[in-house]
Amino acid sequence: MQDVTIHITDREGKKHTVLAPTDMAMNLMEVVRSYELAPEGTIGVCGGMAMCASCQCYILSDIEINEMEYEEDAMLAEAFNVKENSRLSCQIPITEAINGLEIELAPEV
Amino acid sequence: MIKTDILIIGAGPTGLFTVFEAGLLKLKCHLIDALPQPGGQCSELYLKKPIYDIPGFPEILAGDLTANLLEQGKQFQPGFTLGERAETIEKQEDGSFIVTTNKGTKHHAPIIAIAGGLGSFEPRKPKLEGIEKYEDKGVAYFIKDPEVYRDKKVVIAGGGDSALDWSIFLADVASEVTLVHRRNEFRGALDSVEKVQELKVLNKINLITPAEITALHGDNHLEGVSVTKDGNTEFIEADEFIPLFGLSPKLGPIGDWGLEIEKNAIKVDTLDYQTNIPGIYAIGDVNTYEGKLKLILCGFHEATLMCQSAYKRLNPGKKFVLKYTTVSGINGFDGSRKESPKAVVKAIV
Repeated sequence: MQDVTIHITDREGKKHTVLAPTDMAMNLMEVVRSYELAPEGTIGVCGGMAMCASCQCYILSDIEINEMEYEEDAMLAEAFNVKENSRLSCQIPITEAINGLEIELAPEV
Repeated sequence: MIKTDILIIGAGPTGLFTVFEAGLLKLKCHLIDALPQPGGQCSELYLKKPIYDIPGFPEILAGDLTANLLEQGKQFQPGFTLGERAETIEKQEDGSFIVTTNKGTKHHAPIIAIAGGLGSFEPRKPKLEGIEKYEDKGVAYFIKDPEVYRDKKVVIAGGGDSALDWSIFLADVASEVTLVHRRNEFRGALDSVEKVQELKVLNKINLITPAEITALHGDNHLEGVSVTKDGNTEFIEADEFIPLFGLSPKLGPIGDWGLEIEKNAIKVDTLDYQTNIPGIYAIGDVNTYEGKLKLILCGFHEATLMCQSAYKRLNPGKKFVLKYTTVSGINGFDGSRKESPKAVVKAIV
């Protein structure tokens, strides 16, 4: 399996291009954490269960990603700084289909 | 003043297991937690979720793990200060500490074990201009005493269980209840959603969705809020505004205690999980060191080593060897004793 490339703009506006493995059952939030692109304790607080919105991101490219499920949708209804293109990065699995995806991390709350 | 041997800050799984390990060494514990119930993240975030990596439990619900840990430590009679946040720490001349909570409760102990997880759970505050100005003057993030709202005009914002439950409860207390939510759908128990709809029909709850509170008004006290729906903004008279957007953990005042902080966590020596201040330990998710893994099972290990170090600190020179509970049993502080049954030897005649 091949690694995929993800473009991530951190909360300071700095752009990073990173490689993420597709065979480790990782999600996008975990990729951000593994590259330390947001301080520990400010992202993925609930561990990745769509229960805290600390990993909210904005999808900047039109690559098709998995559809939102009920829990993510409901959490975003409660979160702040939500836009049309908001997603919880913990709910986006790293697959070959998202190669080249561009995201921006939402502000910390 | 509450006195104890080990003052544990944080009543999550690591803090609760500390009670047991300390008890084996005849050390008494008292726990402080900002949440009104013990369990930490296990009770606040994942109560009904299964955990699969607790050794010996192929699967256990977080709520059940909390209940088991409370049961396991029960005979060591821990004390609890719940619903209060540890705010300040003062070192005494004899090296002991006094920790005071946000409600003024004082605790005195020679050993402090910070098992604060990701920090204390604080309410998420909506970004509304001047909201701080109205705190305790018409804006509250928790409902402490429902009587405060009697015969008042109350606006609640949020779409979760607490927003629904409090709207239902206050419908009979307040003179007017308005519930505002960004969506038409609510993320709550079906019963609660149906009840709110019922109360809406009865004109007991004014339900405004999909809408948002966009401004607060009033001179010395809240007098009203702006509600924006479909691009139109309307003024609603309000004596009280209660935004209920859940809780988010923050390291909080512990971050100002002079402890060495790295990556939003407290740096410790892996020898015994002591911090840069002798007598203050940090265990579980709140600490950091090279190779740190934020796992409950690692918190248990850290708690165990920390208790041994605390014992040596409190009893310098006093001999002690690690005992096995299977061999020695457990002597509770409540006079109880647990031990393995003696083998029955019968001669075959």
